[in-house]
Amino acid sequence: MAKRIDVSGLTAYYGSHKAIEDISMTVEPRSATAFIGPSGCGKSTFLRTLNRMHEVTPGGRVEGKVMLDNENLYGSGVDPVSVRRTIGMVFQRPNPFPTMSIFDNVAAGLRLNGSYRKSELNDIVEKSLKGANLWNEVKDRLNKPGSGLSGGQQQRLCIARAIAVEPQVLLMDEPCSALDPISTLAIEDLIGELKERFTIVIVTHNMQQAARVSDHTAFFNLAAVGQPGRLIEIDETERIFSNPSVQATEDYISGRFG
Amino acid sequence: MNDIMVDKTTDLASAPQTSTLRQPSTLRQPRLPAWAPIGLVALSILLGCGIGVAAGLDSKIQWGLISAVLLVAITFALTAQVEGRRQAKDRLATSLVWICFLLAIVPLASLMYGTIDRGSKVLDGAFLSHSMNGVLTTQPGGGIYHAIIGTLEQVGIATLIAAPIGLLTAVYLVEYGRGKLAKAVTFFVDVMTGIPSIVAGLFILSLWIIILDFDYSGFAGAMALAILMMPVVVRSTEEMLKLVPNELREASLALGVPKWRTILKVVLPTAIGGITTGVMLAIARIAGETAPIVLLVFGEKVINNNPFEGAQSSLPFYIYEQWSLGNEASYDRAWAAALVLIAFVMILNLVARGIARWKAPKTGR
Ligand SMILES: Nc1ncnc2c1ncn2[C@@H]1O[C@H](COP(=O)(O)OP(=O)(O)OP(=O)(O)O)[C@@H](O)[C@H]1O
Ligand SMILES: [Mg+2]
Repeated sequence: MAKRIDVSGLTAYYGSHKAIEDISMTVEPRSATAFIGPSGCGKSTFLRTLNRMHEVTPGGRVEGKVMLDNENLYGSGVDPVSVRRTIGMVFQRPNPFPTMSIFDNVAAGLRLNGSYRKSELNDIVEKSLKGANLWNEVKDRLNKPGSGLSGGQQQRLCIARAIAVEPQVLLMDEPCSALDPISTLAIEDLIGELKERFTIVIVTHNMQQAARVSDHTAFFNLAAVGQPGRLIEIDETERIFSNPSVQATEDYISGRFG
Repeated sequence: MNDIMVDKTTDLASAPQTSTLRQPSTLRQPRLPAWAPIGLVALSILLGCGIGVAAGLDSKIQWGLISAVLLVAITFALTAQVEGRRQAKDRLATSLVWICFLLAIVPLASLMYGTIDRGSKVLDGAFLSHSMNGVLTTQPGGGIYHAIIGTLEQVGIATLIAAPIGLLTAVYLVEYGRGKLAKAVTFFVDVMTGIPSIVAGLFILSLWIIILDFDYSGFAGAMALAILMMPVVVRSTEEMLKLVPNELREASLALGVPKWRTILKVVLPTAIGGITTGVMLAIARIAGETAPIVLLVFGEKVINNNPFEGAQSSLPFYIYEQWSLGNEASYDRAWAAALVLIAFVMILNLVARGIARWKAPKTGR
């Protein structure tokens, strides 16, 4: 199921502003890759180029190649809708659909993409909620609105919603930044389980979290304010945190930065 | 040993008490009692009436204005004396806001009172269920059934035309519109908002009746009403769609849902309460339009159920018609019809609020 992502020479713009420049990396299948780097260096932008969400922003433009196994996501004739079905995304702020119940939120991706039989939906929703470690908390109130959950529960609901459509890659943009340590732990455990089935990419500002959940870590940085962000290095997480090959990475990780 | 302990505790307990006695608290200041605002209002009304009587002023409005000025002045002076300048300004603003509120309420209340008072005289079941067919205009009797039918059909058709077009225009402007075309559409919608109803009527008159040679009909009136309604629907729907957070659109797109389904299944349901309210208010606005009806529907005393053929009546037209007849019986009928029209608009408003509340995105458990 899980697929490898090969990025080469990727540059992204907001209108005329170049946000990231010439990024090349490989994201290994069935593993978690963490993106770290200072605020504004383009982590979110890069993440969003990986499932063609970048072009949803007015003025958003991408150059370069993103290969999913052997297919270029930006090749001609590629439908961004099917790209997003294959590569799911969880956002920084939990964003359940406010008009839908918990059940409908999880079923949303399937229902909005075609018709499913009720029994089939029931199974998928239960499986996804269990997968997101939320089933026990919500199984008695599946018909209540999703916005009535706590922040951490909402975020896990969004994860359940994302994994219900069975993507091959799951992109997570600071999924724990609004959460307490217990919910964070729940989601980190979840990532540990999910990476056995999916390819996971997670953006985080929390070094310990990157060290805990990821197999590979990529460090991004920008030369100066207003300059485009660049990939400084990507390596095995252990190596990045013990013995990085670039001085800037070590400075950033050890807190000796700017 | 024990004695010393006891001594110490009593000392500690008494210390804060003495200090509060000696120094006045910096957080607590003298306050007017809670009933002071009401008392002051009563006092100024009394004074205002007293001055009004003493000076022999006829108009009750003058009495009211004197009371209002007195209220502001007394409140400010008294509060400044007792509570200090900041609170005095606060109370000054409060009393001004209340007086403005009352000034706004007075015309509304007197209008409601006048209409109910004069309109309820002939308003009964027979009035609602009969037309003016064969009724002598100078005699009591007759009713507004034909006008109600006319209003319902014309407004209904206008809504059927304007609501979908307005909704789709707003969806285009918010979800798709970029660049010149969107700017042009916005500009024309703004221009349309300012079109006087008589101009909309004249436009349809020249196009539909004079050039295309159709006859007077409810449908012709409905088209003019639709022109008036459309920009209102576009504007309110646009505002509602803009309130839908972008995160929801992105969440849906990121699930691999195509954009049109995202709009249909996520954006519109989230905004549907507000959109319905906007449409209802637009309906309420056109329900009272007279000019296009005079020009295009022509007015009729008998029941005409067919909006596509022949003259019809409508509530605002009926009011105008009865009033211009100029006798007691027709005045009564005009007021009663006005009452029905106001009730119709009010019911629409209440329904709109109900729908908005019912459809609002649910929070809480
Ligand atoms: N919608 C947008 N329009 C224009 N410029 C944008 C937009 N979003 C981001 N940018 C710019 O792109 C650059 C990268 O932003 P991005 O959000 O990717 O940073 P980030 O690394 O995710 O930061 P953070 O850690 O704070 O989330 C920044 O300079 C930012 O100002
Ligand atoms: Mg970010």
